[in-house]
Amino acid sequence: MMMCKEATRLMSLKRDRRLTFQERLSLRLHLAMCGACRQCDRQFALLHRVGEHYAIGEDDAPDDDRER
Amino acid sequence: MGGHVTEIDDRSQDERRRRLEAIRPRLVSFALLHLRDRAQAEDAVQEALVSAIEKDASFAGRSGYETWVFGILKYKILDAMRAQRRQGKWEPLDEDVDDDAIDRQFQQSGRWQPSARPTSWGEPEAAFENEHFWQVFDACMIGLPDNLARVFSLRELMGLSTGDICQEVGIKENNCWVMLHRARLRLRACIERGWLKEESA
Repeated sequence: MMMCKEATRLMSLKRDRRLTFQERLSLRLHLAMCGACRQCDRQFALLHRVGEHYAIGEDDAPDDDRER
Repeated sequence: MGGHVTEIDDRSQDERRRRLEAIRPRLVSFALLHLRDRAQAEDAVQEALVSAIEKDASFAGRSGYETWVFGILKYKILDAMRAQRRQGKWEPLDEDVDDDAIDRQFQQSGRWQPSARPTSWGEPEAAFENEHFWQVFDACMIGLPDNLARVFSLRELMGLSTGDICQEVGIKENNCWVMLHRARLRLRACIERGWLKEESA
């Protein structure tokens, strides 16, 4: 049975590469049973988004007509 | 007709310079997170601003100007990081050493320590709009060991793939994943301590 520390390793890893089927399954199983790890997963998700908020200011959300 | 167009160009150039001055502090703090050296961060931003002004005419889009400037700064930061690495300013990696700051969050069994159990941070959007969240985030980034901060900022602030980070930093991809895991766990613990505890106080 996977413990929380190992689960956080997979939560982190899934932000950087695609998990294997086995990894995905054991993480899902652990998250289904562990509220603290579900919170940790949300926190990692938030950390994964800090970049977009650094580069884009409050008043300059990119429009669709931007040059590509 | 031609004069009219030039007038609009001048006005929009002034406007852009004002916007550059306005985002300068944010550019510096972004560069500082990567370079961890105030003088080098200021230099990288200065170069990016000069570059932005020079290329101003080639920037055709009316919006997204700040994002475009950040894009220029990213290349300047990568150049500066390569120089740091060449000059041997980076500490060698201790990949196999256990990270005490991580171990403290877990019991021997691998379960969370009761004192370290993650709690809710609320809606991400609310956190991102909260000035204090960013102060805590910056402070926690500064508190990270250089190696971890560098890999984290390349991954999560610049959006490089772990494959690209390996090349920039000169480590194996597996080490990169280990370092990102450590960086994320340290950051989450630090942010939770610094942010939520004060929010509820």
